[in-house]
Amino acid sequence: MPTKIEKDSVSGQMTTGHEWDGIKELNTPMPRWWLWTFYACIAFSAVWVVLYPALPFWGATGLLGWTARGTMPAQHAAERARIEPMLARLRAATPEQIAADPELRAFALTGGRIAFANNCAGCHGAGGQGAIGGFPSLADDDWVYGGTFDAIRHTIRHGVRSNESDEQRGIAMPAFQTTGMFNRAQVSDTAEFVLSLSGRSTDPAAVTRGAPLYEENCASCHGDRGEGNRDLGALRINDRIWLYGGDKPAIMHSIAYSRAGVMPSWQGRLDPATVNMLTIYVHALGGGE
Amino acid sequence: MNVIPDEAPLYADHQKVYPRAVKGAVRRWKWATLILLLALYYIVPWLRWDRGAGVPDQAVLVDISHGRIFFLWIEIWPQEIYFLTGILVLCAIGLFAVTSLFGRVWCGFTCPQTVWTDLFMWIERKVEGDRNARIRLDQGPRNQAWWRAKLIKHGAWVLIAMATGGVWIMYFNDAPRTTLAMLTGQATLTVYGFFALFTATTYVLAGAAREQVCTYMCPWPRFQGAMLDENSLVVTYRDWRGEPRGKPSDAGAGDCVDCKACVHVCPTGIDIRDGQQLECIGCGLCVDACDDVMRRLDRPTGLIAFETLKNLAASEAATKGMAPGPERLAKGMSVRTPQKILRPRMLVYAGVLSAAVIVMLGAWLLRETLTLTVLRDRAPLYVQLSDGSVRNAYTLKLANKLRGELALSLELEGPRGLRMVVQDAATDAQGRPVLTTRDDGITQWRALITAPHDLRLHDEHMHISFRLLDASGRVVARQKSVFVGPHGR
Repeated sequence: MPTKIEKDSVSGQMTTGHEWDGIKELNTPMPRWWLWTFYACIAFSAVWVVLYPALPFWGATGLLGWTARGTMPAQHAAERARIEPMLARLRAATPEQIAADPELRAFALTGGRIAFANNCAGCHGAGGQGAIGGFPSLADDDWVYGGTFDAIRHTIRHGVRSNESDEQRGIAMPAFQTTGMFNRAQVSDTAEFVLSLSGRSTDPAAVTRGAPLYEENCASCHGDRGEGNRDLGALRINDRIWLYGGDKPAIMHSIAYSRAGVMPSWQGRLDPATVNMLTIYVHALGGGE
Repeated sequence: MNVIPDEAPLYADHQKVYPRAVKGAVRRWKWATLILLLALYYIVPWLRWDRGAGVPDQAVLVDISHGRIFFLWIEIWPQEIYFLTGILVLCAIGLFAVTSLFGRVWCGFTCPQTVWTDLFMWIERKVEGDRNARIRLDQGPRNQAWWRAKLIKHGAWVLIAMATGGVWIMYFNDAPRTTLAMLTGQATLTVYGFFALFTATTYVLAGAAREQVCTYMCPWPRFQGAMLDENSLVVTYRDWRGEPRGKPSDAGAGDCVDCKACVHVCPTGIDIRDGQQLECIGCGLCVDACDDVMRRLDRPTGLIAFETLKNLAASEAATKGMAPGPERLAKGMSVRTPQKILRPRMLVYAGVLSAAVIVMLGAWLLRETLTLTVLRDRAPLYVQLSDGSVRNAYTLKLANKLRGELALSLELEGPRGLRMVVQDAATDAQGRPVLTTRDDGITQWRALITAPHDLRLHDEHMHISFRLLDASGRVVARQKSVFVGPHGR
């Protein structure tokens, strides 16, 4: 409540009439346009708050129904339309042609990186690093079904044990102990022989016992020296890379109970252009053949 | 309600200022700076600078869409924006130094608000006449003459505002091409939008807001007081000489004849005789106005002058109690001392200024025009290969800030036995990968480095470095990185 508006004796200015413990406020008037600007801002915000999402009524979207998410489909469609010419070229080209064209290749590497992160990294890991337990690394030089452009694209398209079609990858490995073909000792001996293929066996007697078992039951798929067979998806087992772990318990588990990893088929779920971009990207991770 | 008769309202209505035309030395300086600055502003975007094919040939251009700033022979990239920051720092310190020496010369002579307001006022005078004619016009009836004058004035203002807003766009776009596009309706909505914005702000700020900008909107007058001291030159009324005011014929009156010429020419509508005040922009037009009156009265000029507060106080003390007249004037003027330039604050400003200049110059001279950046893949951290060897992948980014393409050989420095392959790179005669740069751009390469399984990794992290050699074998860029392997191998 203003007490007394008076003339300040020192400055000659009027006071506002506000007083606190004898301290009085001089009236230095603001320009009136400032006041009107202030009112205009309030009026603007009153309209804005009703039109745009601010109040918890009308679905909290404001009277215009505007949402940030609502603008997304149009932006997405515009972006799609913008890159469509590139996607059309990527669809029409083979991976080899894409790799040979610097512009297409650069586009495919970027698009492939994003598509990989969205669709593949869940199992194969960021950058295709893979994980023990059936998730192959895509950056190394050991391929289950081959690392050429065609092999990679085929695997992406049709998947592994995906129940897609005859084109799918992967056949079943028998579970030697479950089916009664091996007893526990034979599983152990065979595992010891498998270890010897990569020079890691510590029990020569078991290797000798395991050799005929391997030759009879395993060599037809995994090869005489464990070199694997990509047509069948039989893993190479004489190197340092193990899909399900390379220590003896893990190998014994594989022999006894079998392993059968599954990868979905992506044909029909991903645009052929995306499949081609993924092929280029995976090939470039470091293991491309 | 108990209304107090002289109660002041909390909000003040705008008092329109009608500055009178004035002639004199300060006004000539103001005209000169105005012409120089406006000429610079309007002409600079049209200057050309040949940089070769495919590059903008505009001498000064902020090319936002391509992320380049061109200034004559200088071209900087977005990551070098600190050069711009440095220039702004130099400007700020320079402004502090100039203000503490010469007062508000920035405000009074060079500030765009002052320059364009001055230009708009000149047009106003040409159309509507000088101060008295304008007051009469505004107080008179809204007749044909009024409408005609206002239409011509605002029309001219809008044209200047459009030219001003239009030219501002040209600092960010190629001037001839964008002007043509704007005239033929081919320019983008962004261009037209900014054109409209800057046209509107020029029109409103220089036409209507004027001194309100300086008094209420601009932060600089609020803190420039901190730069001023008793040794700064400020526009000052020598009250020891002018008081008491009176008619020229009055006996015992000082030199001020209270003609209010100083008030009438003031673009912010203040009375300089009230002393230092926030609203004074230091333009010195009152100096010209007062000198003119003094000359006509055959009295010495300089009743209002650029003067230090120290001299003002000295003159005032020396002439205390003296009667007006030539003796008082002579006494007051005799005690003045030259302006002290070398003050502690000036030394501080000079020190900071030279430090900033040295840093800027050093940064510019040591600026790398070819930079190699190495990003080591973190996923996977490393890749174990089937024969037991270990591989790391690196993304190399080669930024070439110059024109022309280069082919550079890449060498790896590190433990012997490491093998390097760069995807998609050709190799030179010695089998080293050849990385090519792009004309004023970035190229990206992926290098795979493999440690054979029999190479003992002494540490989890091995230090390696990449270096690029030109055709003569000179190292032109170098970048460190690490090679990571499994623990304890």
